[in-house]
Amino acid sequence: MKNIQTLKEHIVEVISDSGEGAQRCGQSLGSIAARMGNGIWTVEIIPAEIRPPARSVAGASGNRIRIGAGPVTNGGDRTDLVVAFNEQVLLGRVRAGELKPGCAILLESLWREHKDLNIKLAYSEVVEKLKSAGYQVREIPMDAECRKLGLAPERGKNMFALGMLCSIYSLELQLGRDQIALTFGKKDRKVIESNVKLLEAGYAWAEGNLEFKYRIPAQAPTEPNIVVNGNTALALGVLASGMEICAMYPITPATSASHYLSDVFEKVGGVVHQAEDEIAACTFAIGASYAGKCAVTITSGPGYSLKQEAIGLAVMAEIPLVVVNVQRGGPSTGQPTKAEQGDLLTAMFGSHGDAPKVVMAAATIEDCFYSVITARKIAETFNMVVVVLTDANLATSQQPFPRPKFDPAWIAPPADQSAVPEGMQPYDWEAATGLARRFIPGQPNGMHALTGLAHDRASHVAYDPQINEEGIHFRSLKLAALQRTLKTPPIHGDPQGDLLVIGWGSTKGAIEEAVDGLRADGASVSSMHLKFLQPLPPGIGEAMKRFKKVITIEANWCDRPGDELIDESNRRYSALAMLLRARYLVDVDCWSEVKGQPIKPSSIQQVIREKLAAHTEAVTS
Amino acid sequence: MNDECLLRLHDERFELEDYQSGVPRWCSGCGDNAILAAVQKLCRDERLHPEKTVFVSGIGCSSRFPHYMKTYGFHGIHGRALPIAEGVRMARPDLHVFVNTGDGDCCSIGAAHWVHAVRYNMNLTVLLHDNEIYGLTKKQASPTSPRGTRSNTTPRGSHLEALNPLSVTLGIQNVSFVAQAVDWIPEVLYQIVRAAFHHRGFSFVRILQRCPEWLPEHFEPYVKDPKRTLLVKHRDGLQLSEAVARTYSNNREHDPSNLAAARELATQVDPIPVGILYRDPAVPCYEDLRRSDKLRTAEFIRAGLEAEFDKFTIWPCTQN
Repeated sequence: MKNIQTLKEHIVEVISDSGEGAQRCGQSLGSIAARMGNGIWTVEIIPAEIRPPARSVAGASGNRIRIGAGPVTNGGDRTDLVVAFNEQVLLGRVRAGELKPGCAILLESLWREHKDLNIKLAYSEVVEKLKSAGYQVREIPMDAECRKLGLAPERGKNMFALGMLCSIYSLELQLGRDQIALTFGKKDRKVIESNVKLLEAGYAWAEGNLEFKYRIPAQAPTEPNIVVNGNTALALGVLASGMEICAMYPITPATSASHYLSDVFEKVGGVVHQAEDEIAACTFAIGASYAGKCAVTITSGPGYSLKQEAIGLAVMAEIPLVVVNVQRGGPSTGQPTKAEQGDLLTAMFGSHGDAPKVVMAAATIEDCFYSVITARKIAETFNMVVVVLTDANLATSQQPFPRPKFDPAWIAPPADQSAVPEGMQPYDWEAATGLARRFIPGQPNGMHALTGLAHDRASHVAYDPQINEEGIHFRSLKLAALQRTLKTPPIHGDPQGDLLVIGWGSTKGAIEEAVDGLRADGASVSSMHLKFLQPLPPGIGEAMKRFKKVITIEANWCDRPGDELIDESNRRYSALAMLLRARYLVDVDCWSEVKGQPIKPSSIQQVIREKLAAHTEAVTS
Repeated sequence: MNDECLLRLHDERFELEDYQSGVPRWCSGCGDNAILAAVQKLCRDERLHPEKTVFVSGIGCSSRFPHYMKTYGFHGIHGRALPIAEGVRMARPDLHVFVNTGDGDCCSIGAAHWVHAVRYNMNLTVLLHDNEIYGLTKKQASPTSPRGTRSNTTPRGSHLEALNPLSVTLGIQNVSFVAQAVDWIPEVLYQIVRAAFHHRGFSFVRILQRCPEWLPEHFEPYVKDPKRTLLVKHRDGLQLSEAVARTYSNNREHDPSNLAAARELATQVDPIPVGILYRDPAVPCYEDLRRSDKLRTAEFIRAGLEAEFDKFTIWPCTQN
């Protein structure tokens, strides 16, 4: 009988050449653990190329699963255990610093006896190196074991690996079988049977041959949860919002949202229009919004840049529109598959002239779902463009959240076709709020020519300077009207103290985990996370005043004060820090990382410790 | 109820004034005025409900068109009239959607959209106001300017052969209606616009249009010499008045279902072919392929959503 070690959490990676199924193995492991009642956060490991050469250092494809005894809110720090199908992809992960010192490695051993001498040598060289660096390398004949069953290893090794992992983490094998049935449900029974056979073989092999076994205590869920990634959650949000038309152009990492939406939207009468380009996608959505219900366009950084002129048109003509920007590394083509929060200022200030629009950022997978519903509602209430920011981290990560309970109020009402009262004009801006009834084609008496030119209340082209200013004034006021309805974001931790960390978007889980850890050690630190970036909700200024220091943590660049040329007169601050400094006249500091990887809780902890220490030093010296 | 019905019956009749909005600010002698007159007449004759009719345009002289129609109008941004109109059409199949676009708007900055719009074949009546010059930005060469056109960006004459909008359109998969008209024969212009309106699909009408401000002499040889207009005729095609038939005696019989013949005709520049070059009512419309006829009630959406949630749900373990 093996000794089962109980763990609070573990981070597991399954990596292979792309196409070998490590992603499916990892995702399945996540789902099984979630069914057991563990908290999970899965992150896709994606090579930049579709089919990188086999056995290449930059070619790792797979999944990283953080399994916890309690809820898990982010991808965590470094990996505890990795299953690798070849030593080269493993080497890539080692070089990227993703593995913990002493990390357990389960490595496919087939290469040791490979007929190609170069491969053979490369393999044993890497294994020796890793062993001497202190990694716990176990060579596993996965390929050979699959062959024993008479099954092709290149198709099924991933399920063998899944079986091993079920054994290692004491997960119920039946849940593994169920997962396979779910995944291959549409396929032949034979496919399911052979995958189950592989799963069972992997499980038995690990039971019989591995000397270790873990258990991460799970709490069986008491309410139904759904497990999806952020892009699927976005698409479900589009479905739930009652919107009818999504116009898009393929772009990484946003596209998978549209893939899923294309599959399901038509079942509820929706249309995903793949336009000829990003501009067409945006203008198509604007045309649809103008004539009916609010429409949505989903994109990523470069596509968002291309849409700017069209977004300005929607702002100017006050057409509701939801624009989702799944941020990736920039500028230019940047890092298409990597996470960054570099588009905040573009989202707020993009498009020429004064183009006020609402900017929201989803902080969790669950948020991706609800943000779209809220965005649609705000867009139609205020006749505004609402930008929803997510990022590559949320897009491809999975996390369980409570199954949403349907609310009919989520759904957009049909386009209003009632007659416009005599005398009412298409831009009868209300003095206090700037709001006006939206005139929709089909409404009798509402005929007018909507225009992107400056216009008066009748939508007549304005040649009078007064009229231009009046329009700008009222379009701006709508943001204030929305701001009055927003709540102050809650503070995570004490409402006062030494340091307040402010974040936005996908860093929420990591920031809060870091703060919790430090607070447990007695540090006086709290955090606040912003969902609305434009307008900023009320109460933030007051909240900041109750702390001695405020810092933002963001995944967009800020100059490092240690650099020779950098001082207060030229330091470029991170986006949110810049906004907070400008609005509240508070000396907000910032720390950022733009490595394309989600910021790790341990990095944040270290920053907070340094900032707290620097503060204490400054006070005591 | 009965009163309302009577009222509606009475309302069905429209006058030209029902479609006229403001005084056009185009130059006098601008061909846009002729197009506006033809379209307003069409709306009246077809009894289009102003609130059910939308004119979408881009940017340029011609794109001011929606401002002069007492219907709904969408004066958009440069080059993007077509995708905006496609969005309108997809959302609202009950509306009559027209597009007014110029040679710069359609054939230059919006060229990508034009190519794809032909392929989508959505039910839109598209009027290309082609004066072969940029007007609003004050005389620059356009893609359709004949080689040698002197303009502010080509002071010694434009360098390239003109792009032929008819040939381009006829070269694209799913093309379903292509016609050419000229602003100086109003009767024929009206008939062609009307035929375009009645075609279900992407009806593309190139209208050669005079710009008295920047190219005052450009079309004059054609205007002055009726022989330099080639009227394209076929059964159920143009119904010419005697006067027009007499003046424009240079005719050719043409089968508008013959794509090769249409392409051959399209390349002809002098005399200018006027009429319906190509028509294929069988090409499916994108919106018909894509739109659902299901009634999107909250209950219907809910059912779809719950089915998706089911796929992703981890249910609490039910203890036996």
